[in-house]
Amino acid sequence: MHGHLVKERKELDLRALENMAVKKTLWQDVLARFLKNKSGIAGFVIVVIMILLILFAPLLTRFDYDAQSFPDRFLYPSSLHPFGTDNFGRDLFTRMLYGGRISFMIAIIATFISAVIGTIFGSAAGYFGGVVDTIISRFLDIMMAIPGLLLAIAISAVLGPGPINTAFALSIGGIAMSARIIRATVMAIKTNEYIEAAKATGSRNFRIIRKHILPNTIAPLIVNSTMSIGGSIMGIAGLSFIGLGVKPPTPEWGSILNVGRDYIRDFWPMTVFPALFIMLTIFGFNLLGDALRDALDPRLKD
Amino acid sequence: MVIPIMLGVVIIVFSLSFLAPGDPVSTALGEGYTQEQYDAQAAYMGLDKSYIEQLVSYLVNLVTKFDLGKSYFSIIPIETELAARFPVSAMLGLFGIALTVLIGIPLGIFSAIKQYSVLDYGLTAIAMIMAAIPGFVLSILCVVLFGVQLRWLPLVGLDTPKHWILPVATSAFPGIAGMMRMTRTTMLEVIRQDYISTARSKGLKENVIIVKHALKNCLIPLVTIIGGSVAMVLSGSIIVENIFSIRGIGTYMYSGISSSDYPVVMAGVLVISFVVCIVNLLVDILYAFIDPRIKTIYGTRMTKRKKPAVLPGAASEVV
Repeated sequence: MHGHLVKERKELDLRALENMAVKKTLWQDVLARFLKNKSGIAGFVIVVIMILLILFAPLLTRFDYDAQSFPDRFLYPSSLHPFGTDNFGRDLFTRMLYGGRISFMIAIIATFISAVIGTIFGSAAGYFGGVVDTIISRFLDIMMAIPGLLLAIAISAVLGPGPINTAFALSIGGIAMSARIIRATVMAIKTNEYIEAAKATGSRNFRIIRKHILPNTIAPLIVNSTMSIGGSIMGIAGLSFIGLGVKPPTPEWGSILNVGRDYIRDFWPMTVFPALFIMLTIFGFNLLGDALRDALDPRLKD
Repeated sequence: MVIPIMLGVVIIVFSLSFLAPGDPVSTALGEGYTQEQYDAQAAYMGLDKSYIEQLVSYLVNLVTKFDLGKSYFSIIPIETELAARFPVSAMLGLFGIALTVLIGIPLGIFSAIKQYSVLDYGLTAIAMIMAAIPGFVLSILCVVLFGVQLRWLPLVGLDTPKHWILPVATSAFPGIAGMMRMTRTTMLEVIRQDYISTARSKGLKENVIIVKHALKNCLIPLVTIIGGSVAMVLSGSIIVENIFSIRGIGTYMYSGISSSDYPVVMAGVLVISFVVCIVNLLVDILYAFIDPRIKTIYGTRMTKRKKPAVLPGAASEVV
């Protein structure tokens, strides 16, 4: 008797669960899966904290990132200067915050450019196939043959340093990757029946791509872009470190680290703090990207 | 496939240096020159011709004489300089990759066979942290710790075996995380296959199963990622060699970057890209040896077209 009741109760629960599952939209589903992932939340928190720090930089510090003060050079961390001061007596904490602005801005612009151009090439190659695909794919092969960092170095060596040039140099290397991902996704979607139906009802190619295919590429694009922002931040720091990228006095994590290298023997804050910020940010974006991939594409998870 | 890709790389790299700002002729001549001197120098450098003519002569010189162009400032030909420096960079890269493999693959295997254990979680966490540390940041931190604070290791040059420890370790480090994760994922896939259960039920020892049956079936993704790490180690050499003052290709390119000597930078990019292309080709050839099915697919396709027997290397077009 009791067992029967329990069974009935279970069935009810199951039905309720099913109803819930039906009502949930795709994005609610994704959110639910994401929230279960502790390391993903950790990554999200790190990224959000970084973004808040750099957005509210003027409120968090009373110093000007460019204000030099000769007597205050090479101060170790104190309550006045939480990270100490640099070789010109500028507050390091302030420079880290404003440097983050530059890094994030360049990384986001670079990722955006490569995502847009990559989507255009990738969807054209995947959708039309044939000669279009062959030409675009061969071109991507060539782009992929030059290691990303080297391509960025070559381009920024030609363009010279500066935030916009750096964003451009980094974005070129990212195009091939995002185009490949979009191409593969589009090729998989193209075989679906609803695409055939859209064609049968006389939709034009551009409309099919825009309305039926591109919405399906958003998930892989989000994952790739999240990873790519982290990678770009690494790239910017690397370029600034070898004297390309962003030049001093503009604060940027890689260039602060590069200048700090000259004082490495006697003064650690100028190397350790930028290194920590770079690592923490990339770490956050990697965790976030991994979690997003698992949440957006549950098939990939083991 | 490799030749057209290399050709494409040359065209892109040449075009980049063609677009470079500044006037290399006046840079090379320095202050105070006459118009005749200028014209002569331009003709000597081949810069008085059109883009297409310059590109063609660059290509011809590259193919026939391995001529990589002329530096703006040094009379030593770029190819001589690169040839002299290549062995050091190659050795450093090889040691770096070897270290990556020796650490990454075993750790990945341990992580996979002990899935969901503390060891697995710990290693995965370490891999995530390692993946977030850029090579140059790590090099700097190592210099601070081992060179400056503890004074255990020398910081500059490559004179003794001790000198090699830090550069090799720092060039290997960024790849270890990727290698470990890749090994873990493929290993997890493979050890769920039926033939692993079969091997177990035959009573084979666990190590034999892992090495002989599981690892063998992981080789293709592993070879792919090892090939990929060549690109990473070589492009990272610019930073690592610079930090440890090693006279390799990386420092040569770095000097080119800081003096705006574009031909030097481009030649370096070109040489490294070529090495990457050749490595990719080798990886493709290796696929056919690792998995004979790849060779067979290609073989049957070729016989349909009635062409002569296939070399294993031709399999590169399949993958």
